[in-house]
Amino acid sequence: MSRLAALFATGERPIMSLFLTAGYPTLDSTVGLALRLQQAGADLLEIGMPFSDPLADGPTIQQASDVAIANGVTIPHILDMVRGIRAQSGIPLVLMGYINPILNYGFDRFFREAAEAGADGIILPDVPPEEGHAVRQACAAAGLDFILLVAPNTSDERMRRIDSESTGFVYCVSVTGVTGARDGATLRQSVDAFKDRVRANITKNPVLVGFGIRSHEDAIQVSRGLDGYIVGSALIESIRGAHPSPDWQDRVAAFVRSVKS
Amino acid sequence: MNQPYSAPTENGYFGRFGGKFVPEILIPALVELEEAYAAAVRDPEFRIRYAALLKEYVGRPTPLTYADRLTAHYGKARIYLKREDLCHTGAHKINNTIGQVLLARRMGKKRIIAETGAGQHGVATATVCAKFGLDCVVYMGAEDMDRQKLNVDRMRLLGAEVRAVHSGSRTLKDATNEAIRDWVTHVSDTFYIIGSVVGPHPYPMMVRDFQRIIGEETRAQLHQLEGRTAPDYIVACVGGGSNAMGIFHPFLEDEGVQLIGTEAAGHGVDSGQTAATFAKGAPGVLHGSLSYLLQTETGQIALAHSVSAGLDYPGVGPEHAHLFDIGRVRYVPVTDADALAAVSRVSRLEGIIPALETAHALAYLETLMPQTRPDQIVVVNCSGRGDKDMATISQYLNP
Repeated sequence: MSRLAALFATGERPIMSLFLTAGYPTLDSTVGLALRLQQAGADLLEIGMPFSDPLADGPTIQQASDVAIANGVTIPHILDMVRGIRAQSGIPLVLMGYINPILNYGFDRFFREAAEAGADGIILPDVPPEEGHAVRQACAAAGLDFILLVAPNTSDERMRRIDSESTGFVYCVSVTGVTGARDGATLRQSVDAFKDRVRANITKNPVLVGFGIRSHEDAIQVSRGLDGYIVGSALIESIRGAHPSPDWQDRVAAFVRSVKS
Repeated sequence: MNQPYSAPTENGYFGRFGGKFVPEILIPALVELEEAYAAAVRDPEFRIRYAALLKEYVGRPTPLTYADRLTAHYGKARIYLKREDLCHTGAHKINNTIGQVLLARRMGKKRIIAETGAGQHGVATATVCAKFGLDCVVYMGAEDMDRQKLNVDRMRLLGAEVRAVHSGSRTLKDATNEAIRDWVTHVSDTFYIIGSVVGPHPYPMMVRDFQRIIGEETRAQLHQLEGRTAPDYIVACVGGGSNAMGIFHPFLEDEGVQLIGTEAAGHGVDSGQTAATFAKGAPGVLHGSLSYLLQTETGQIALAHSVSAGLDYPGVGPEHAHLFDIGRVRYVPVTDADALAAVSRVSRLEGIIPALETAHALAYLETLMPQTRPDQIVVVNCSGRGDKDMATISQYLNP
């Protein structure tokens, strides 16, 4: 059983997934931070692979990506980080990024090496099902899950297609918009308007909801009836606020615990 | 070519290039757009309305002007200029914004967004939004707002909101990112008017179709002026590549016509400060399609450089990438310095001050003309006028 399947088979809900940008705030901080996030309650980690032109991301993740690129992070570094985390932890690891750096690195090579390093799945916001055939094949060959996304404006028919072509879980985008923390009422209203459709049409895969979640209250309310939630921009903001003070990881861990419980 | 040229495929591919590499949120919008566009082009009323606006509002057909002194200067083939600089707003861009704004109205969209580099597409979008009473937001890189101040003022005068983009290289690439993010956020009521043959399907096809009028008129005018239905050479500048696709496309199957796209070499293709996508790029994905791209060795998008804001873009339309692959169009680099020299030359010889973008096509005549014969014909797409560039040009004339 894959690590993702094993995680969802535990029956624990809601699952908390955390997104961190590889190489942010510094190149050598990612492995230690990831392990610290697991201690603080993360059930699943998404490692963001920085891209210069992240068109699905709001200012927070754009800025973290810019810092990480300026720090010199590359795919070989990211694979090393995955190995570093995997050496000390069995937490499911999903890589999230844009397709261009992967094409540049070498398509089949990337998926093979990511799996060998210990990654469990991949999320590519600029590869919808229409363009996903080659990624799906490469992931299947390498033993990685390929996680597709649904959004509030995705039709029932497309949700069923996405469920059938996705493995690991389905990423439910909470709002029509880019990544970034949002006000809780807007978030709940948006998700409530299509949660029933998600539950009715996505039946094969677990569903994690993300984009905009920044508090325990948001997380619980938005993910109710789904399998869990993803916190990204709010975590990056917490890192940005705490780094480089000597206790920055303690402060970030405290934020994570506050969301979890 | 043995087979008739037909592209793109149903999935938006020109050979191996194109596609729809966008977030899931935009897929329903692209499908809606594809369906609306397919219905519009079948609708005689839409075609009549589009043609009438091009005639009565844009001022088409634009002339095909015989450049007699430029021809005498080289003493070789006869040179004609397709005068897109005489379009309302000063460049070919409005051919496309007229088409897309009519489509936006058919689809009931009330809010228009656009990206702009040199500001010509932004002005053309602001113009049609004023004409049709639609809200208009134009994203423009902060760096471009400095060098194209006149166009910023024009857009504001036309009632558009110009939003400065400070991320990345603060130029066209970043303005496009921001426009796409806006579209993702306001997808239900917003129509995104893309200004070139770039972006996800169906944009590269649709923008090409709205610009094809340039080549169609050229063919008819050549027949009238020279008794020929095709020239020997067509030269056009290529940033994203809309004016070039517009003039090339009707001639793709005329094997005797040599098609030449001039891309901006900036300070030189090996200077590290260039926008020469075919000379220095590699296939990759940016702004929704797979095409040639300037990128770093780790797959980040590289910063482009050109003296011309309209060519200062690290990508190129996917159909150009396909035409490069199959060898139907030859793409050649032209430096900032050569383009600036061409601005002076054509201004003095023809009384036409070309846009810096257009000057990249005119500059290539220095290389091309010695290879031609007096019985041949060269058409250059004079895609825009240079008024908007006077601040930049003045710096070079009076340093």
